[in-house]
Amino acid sequence: MKLNLFSLTIAAITAASVLLTGCGSSPSQSGSAGGSGSNQLYVYNWGEYIDEDVITQFEEETGIQVTYDLFETNEEMYPVIEKGAVSYDVVCPSDYMIQKMIENDMLAEIDFAQVPNISQIDPAYIEMSKAFDPENKYSVPYCWGTVGIIYNTSRLKQLGVEPLVSWANLWDDRLSGEILMQDSVRDAFMVALKKNGNSMNTSDEKELELAKQDLINQKPLVQAYVIDQVRDKMIGGEAAVGVIFSGELLYIQEEVKNLGLDYSLEYVLPAEGTNLWLDSWVIPKNAQNKVYAQKWIEFLCRPDIAKKNFEYITYPTPNKGAFDLLDDEVKNNRSVFPDIETLNKCEVYQYLGDETDTIYNNLWKEVKSN
Amino acid sequence: MNKKLLAGPYLIWMAGFIIIPLALIVYYGLTDPPGAFTLANVASISAPEHLKALFLSLGLSLISTVICLLLAYPLAMILRSRGVGDASFIVFIFILPMWMNFLLRTLAWQTLLEKNGVINGILSFLCLPSQSLINTPGAIILGMVYNFLPFMVLPIYNVLCKIDDNTINAARDLGANFHQTFFRIWLPLSVPGIISGVTMVFVPALTTFVISNLLGGSKILLIGNVIEQEFTKGSNWHLGSGLSLVLMVFILLSMALIARYDKNGEGSGF
Amino acid sequence: MTKTAQLFKKIRQDFYLAAILIFLYAPIATMIVLSFNSSKSRTRWGGFTISWYTQMFSSRNIMEALYNTLIIAFLSALAATLIGTAAAIGINRMRRIPQGIVMGITNIPMLNADIVTGISMMLAFIAFGISLGFQTILIAHITFNIPYVILSVMPKLKQTSRSTFEAAMDLGASPLQAFFRVIFPDILPGVLSGFLLAFTMSLDDFIITHFTRGAGINTLSTLIYSEVRRGIKPSMYALSTVIFITVLVLLLISNFAPKKQRRSS
Repeated sequence: MKLNLFSLTIAAITAASVLLTGCGSSPSQSGSAGGSGSNQLYVYNWGEYIDEDVITQFEEETGIQVTYDLFETNEEMYPVIEKGAVSYDVVCPSDYMIQKMIENDMLAEIDFAQVPNISQIDPAYIEMSKAFDPENKYSVPYCWGTVGIIYNTSRLKQLGVEPLVSWANLWDDRLSGEILMQDSVRDAFMVALKKNGNSMNTSDEKELELAKQDLINQKPLVQAYVIDQVRDKMIGGEAAVGVIFSGELLYIQEEVKNLGLDYSLEYVLPAEGTNLWLDSWVIPKNAQNKVYAQKWIEFLCRPDIAKKNFEYITYPTPNKGAFDLLDDEVKNNRSVFPDIETLNKCEVYQYLGDETDTIYNNLWKEVKSN
Repeated sequence: MNKKLLAGPYLIWMAGFIIIPLALIVYYGLTDPPGAFTLANVASISAPEHLKALFLSLGLSLISTVICLLLAYPLAMILRSRGVGDASFIVFIFILPMWMNFLLRTLAWQTLLEKNGVINGILSFLCLPSQSLINTPGAIILGMVYNFLPFMVLPIYNVLCKIDDNTINAARDLGANFHQTFFRIWLPLSVPGIISGVTMVFVPALTTFVISNLLGGSKILLIGNVIEQEFTKGSNWHLGSGLSLVLMVFILLSMALIARYDKNGEGSGF
Repeated sequence: MTKTAQLFKKIRQDFYLAAILIFLYAPIATMIVLSFNSSKSRTRWGGFTISWYTQMFSSRNIMEALYNTLIIAFLSALAATLIGTAAAIGINRMRRIPQGIVMGITNIPMLNADIVTGISMMLAFIAFGISLGFQTILIAHITFNIPYVILSVMPKLKQTSRSTFEAAMDLGASPLQAFFRVIFPDILPGVLSGFLLAFTMSLDDFIITHFTRGAGINTLSTLIYSEVRRGIKPSMYALSTVIFITVLVLLLISNFAPKKQRRSS
């Protein structure tokens, strides 16, 4: 039956292509992570959070081979580090997750003598880090930003809705099917809690129940719960409004220009106040290559490298040396780099403890299943 | 040479990589983090959000399975009637999409169904109103049917091919019309294939989480999503395993069905 | 049936076939078209380009993932075919009850939800202390491939006649010779289709690989999944087009090649 010839052809072609691609690229055959032989470094970071050229440059300058892995949410990253099935050398979690990891004794202290470039980080952010890393022993800031609303000016005009100014506007019936919310328990609840004038770190059951009910009420208006796709969907004109991180703005505005679109996307920090977040590099306790990990952090804090990264990721950098090298136009972009008064109205996430985390998770499940 | 020994390597493999992992799921499902025996994990299926997810999954997968069956049966009959010579080629044409990556296929549907996607583009070109197709249960059903249709077609096609033309001709000679031939000959003889196809579609459809993420906008929580989240984000493996044990009930049901109706493996799609 | 009635029937049937074909291939056609779109947007045509193809071939991630996917599919299918064929022969000789039990357990990976299989294997690996990586993906793939091989070979085995085998031995062949000359050619189609099926299932698998992979190892599926959330780079469309064209070409070759095996088996 022709099946035989087909199978044999498949087998032959596969064998051939395997040999060819195997010879062409040099695949990292490292099956088990966490090996400390032959100059390896295992990095665990958010998606699209580094310029790939930076990794190549690091490898060339130091001779260290980098294995770069991605995660999508803090909640997804934590069990991987905790269970230790895979041991990463350097990870980039967010503020409250770093606090949780410190309290659960999962991080190693950084030897700052090996990371002199820490002086390049603006002291204001080192100060801010004290909220989750009280003695500044475990983390080095990488990116920071705010969370806000992005809206499509012409779509709003079509719907007859005024430009948004507050979280409460996301419950407007006229925006049915046009709202993109973040698919993350803390970020979704932050929107509802702030709208109600509560702290985003509350463990008060009544406040949380109210927030949950509000989110359930909002659900019919929500087009989708997304994370990074909010950017492409807004550019594609799929939705009128979305909750987004400040770091996406430069990229979005450039894409809008490149595509010659007839609408503009504007960013606003809601009146009720919003979340200020900080992503920092930490070294897990079970890291096998701590020395290389410190070299990595040191490398990324170099002003020229930080600037190069910023130009690719477009997320605000806490690196003063890099900031000084930027164009004035970017420096003065208030959406990307807000001024101090705005920042003072923002709150940083705290780790709330396992019990409260479970309450949040269960409430979020209720929202999702309704 | 005792041929039974040949099965030795497989039996060892089976013990190590099928039985033990299952035993672990049972262990995690029936204990709580400190390690004490508890039925709470399994009982948690009765929590409202879990029940909703389960019923939604059951509903969507049942609908998808029925649609698959209704689409696949005529298709299998037509393919069979096209003659044995071309059969291999035609069958491959229908399996070929399976060789494209599952995620990319589902993602491509996103492109088609989006508000500014290809389908709405065509509709607006024809001056028809645009439809909101994506992020709905309908989109999820579409995704399920699309991905699992080949699994329904193959077993039914195989079983239909085994039906001798002479049997059909004999029935016709004896005066049966199409209706009677179908219900009295085609259908009963194809039961093994139908059962095989139904199980191969129903179980994956019941437990998928990728399709509901990509085409449902994360708004629709299926039982597969719940379990996946407990393992990757919630870090509560015990709860996740408990819920998986509940799902296993459906799998055991399918196995019982197959054992009853398809003893000789006639309906295997291969 | 009259000629016109037959004609109408054929037209109806063709129409149905065409409709299903369009349904099956619409997304694939979309991807192929998009792979040549110079704009990253999925819905606006920006102009023809092959830059995504060049980007794909020069992307280290994609090439590594492709290599991993192919080699895992090939090795796991091969191992599964060897173990599975041997197992089928052995199981066939078992008595009814043990055979029933073993076949029942064999069905489990096939029928079990991918998510349960993936998670249970992950738990097992962690419990055994095997660190996750290339080898665990391979083991997992072999595990879910073996049942497909067994189920492909068994029907063919049951069709072969024991008396032919005994006749061969009566004529002076050793058991091994009798096996390879009498039984094996008969089950070969089953073995090959089992291999092909195992290869296909391994190629397309996502969920099980998702749970059993370790750091830095990506197959195409897991790479695509990690990129999906952030917005697919069109080089992925280029990749899927290349895969599709390759398989299509193979299919055409095997169909229109010199008919060496007219009536095999």
